[in-house]
Amino acid sequence: MNSKAYGILAEYETPADIMHAAEKVRDAGFRKWDVFTPFPIHGMDHAMGLKNSKVGWFGFCGGLCGYTTGMLLIWFTNAFDYPLIVGGKPMFSPYSAFPPSYELTILFTAFGSIGGMMFLNRLPRLHHPLLKHARFEAATHDKFFLVIETADVKYDAAATRKLLEATGSKHIEMVEE
Amino acid sequence: MSAETQIQAPQPPAELRREPLVTNNRNVGWISDQVAAIIEGKTPAWWWAAFIPSFLLMCLLGALLAYKTSVGVGVWGNNHPTMWGWDIINFVWWIGIGHAGTLISAILFLLRQRWRTAVNRASEAMTIFAVMCAGIYPALHTGREWLDWFLFPIPTSNALWPQFRSPLMWDVFAVSTYFTVSCLFWYVGLVPDLAIFRDRAKTKIRKFLYGLFALGWTGSNRHWSNYEKCYLILAGVSTPLVLSVHSIVSLDFAVSQLPGWHTTIFPPYFVAGAVFSGFGMVLTLLIPLRKMCKLEDIITMRHIDLMCKVTLATGSIVGYAYIMELFIAWYSGSPYERYAFLNRIHGPYAWGYWTMMGCNVILPQLFWFKKIRQNLLIVFIASILVNIGMWFERFVIIVISLHRDFLPSNWGYFLPSWVDIGTFLGTFGLFFTLFLLFMRFLPMIAVSEVKGITPQADPHHPLGGAKGGHH
Repeated sequence: MNSKAYGILAEYETPADIMHAAEKVRDAGFRKWDVFTPFPIHGMDHAMGLKNSKVGWFGFCGGLCGYTTGMLLIWFTNAFDYPLIVGGKPMFSPYSAFPPSYELTILFTAFGSIGGMMFLNRLPRLHHPLLKHARFEAATHDKFFLVIETADVKYDAAATRKLLEATGSKHIEMVEE
Repeated sequence: MSAETQIQAPQPPAELRREPLVTNNRNVGWISDQVAAIIEGKTPAWWWAAFIPSFLLMCLLGALLAYKTSVGVGVWGNNHPTMWGWDIINFVWWIGIGHAGTLISAILFLLRQRWRTAVNRASEAMTIFAVMCAGIYPALHTGREWLDWFLFPIPTSNALWPQFRSPLMWDVFAVSTYFTVSCLFWYVGLVPDLAIFRDRAKTKIRKFLYGLFALGWTGSNRHWSNYEKCYLILAGVSTPLVLSVHSIVSLDFAVSQLPGWHTTIFPPYFVAGAVFSGFGMVLTLLIPLRKMCKLEDIITMRHIDLMCKVTLATGSIVGYAYIMELFIAWYSGSPYERYAFLNRIHGPYAWGYWTMMGCNVILPQLFWFKKIRQNLLIVFIASILVNIGMWFERFVIIVISLHRDFLPSNWGYFLPSWVDIGTFLGTFGLFFTLFLLFMRFLPMIAVSEVKGITPQADPHHPLGGAKGGHH
């Protein structure tokens, strides 16, 4: 069968090793590469040169939407579509409409940030070349992996392997598509 | 042990030294193996011994709810003048228990209390199951539960909408949002751990199911970056959510004009009480489980100690609220308000009031002493008594305030019916059935979070592979 290589995979034993490796790969100017760890490593975003996550914006838009929905819903139902006098109070008041709108703000913020996180991570994605790779199973256990994709413009079979060897990886393999 | 665990980190002076969060210097792989042993091992006998009675009680719950639905709320003990009885007591009690789970998962996360990682998963599960038990009561106490959809703003042929000035309507939004967000928070936390079990799975069906719910998680750092931001936001919104839920539950009472209910102290007092009872339940669940599942190195004595301290703090806030209520009743000058509280202290239900005082105010004061916080048997018994006390708090608020109305001709003495008692026992069946299934099939410990707080996970620590001095 004609299988294509997805990328080159390097395995590390400790968080410090992979962090130093990530700094070197970042400085070499690669773009299509990633680090795979069993838990988030503090400082890795900086080592990889990642910017602040954009999930916050999705959460913010969700929250704004939720609050507006709550206020409009209560105004529409109790003051516009079927005006209802309760205790001689105004038809609509932002005070009594606040608690349900507050709850909807929270609900929609949660939807927004989870939806945003899934969208930015392109999840769910149940088929991934790495998930077929036997050695990669340890990525959720206690090993640390760095993968540079062959699709990266800077990728060169010999030079990239050399770079990864220089970072102190004990085990380097190709991953098939 | 491998050679790397032999290396010692530079230690602070003895008086500043803390017991590590994961004791015995366990490495990250050990944490996965130990938690996985609960799921992958043979079902222990004690699990069946706990599951079968729980399941039978759950069946009893189903039968009694069916009986109640077919006959009507008359099968419960509620009757004039006590129109809210065990239904609302149990609703408030169960939902209060849930609050400790959110406190641990959200508020302690924002406060960077790293010890939360050992207990957050189990307490979040406890939250979800407790809210399920709680939700049964308001849904069924309406009397004609097949019309419960009137509660939601759905266009109907009657052209009527819900009335949003009522705190009972706010409660619908608060509790349903709370349940939804708690489930989402729990599931988002589970995703990386489900990936661990997908990768360990030996059978096809396990691999498929864990893999399906792990959503294809690979542990990519680009993913972790978005994931951690999402988790932070969820913690950030769950914190005001949990505070608002029990505040709104308390407004169900406080907005009415009844002496004993119409007080401004209710929202903070209910929230503190909820966290207090929830920590009681967390301790009740985790003290036996840590032993049964051999998790003593993850849920350490330090964790128990810290949870006892939270119980002491919230118990003391509750005690303050009780005394302040008495003071305000006297200070208000209202004869009805004064009578309502005198009636609590030495009326026909005084035994309920003093049970509440003893379990909620006096008992937690034992936790000032380290010797007691270290004694698992005493802590376990105290944690159960805390929940009995908190049940009586709701009994005192609801039944004692209602049973003597403004006119003595409207006085009565409330007694629960056998259906009330059976339904309440049945909710325990539901709770424990769900909890036992959870701990058998899903990781009871947030594995990837616990790994993240070990020194082996810190790239600036010698055990994490750092060489030389500080960076």
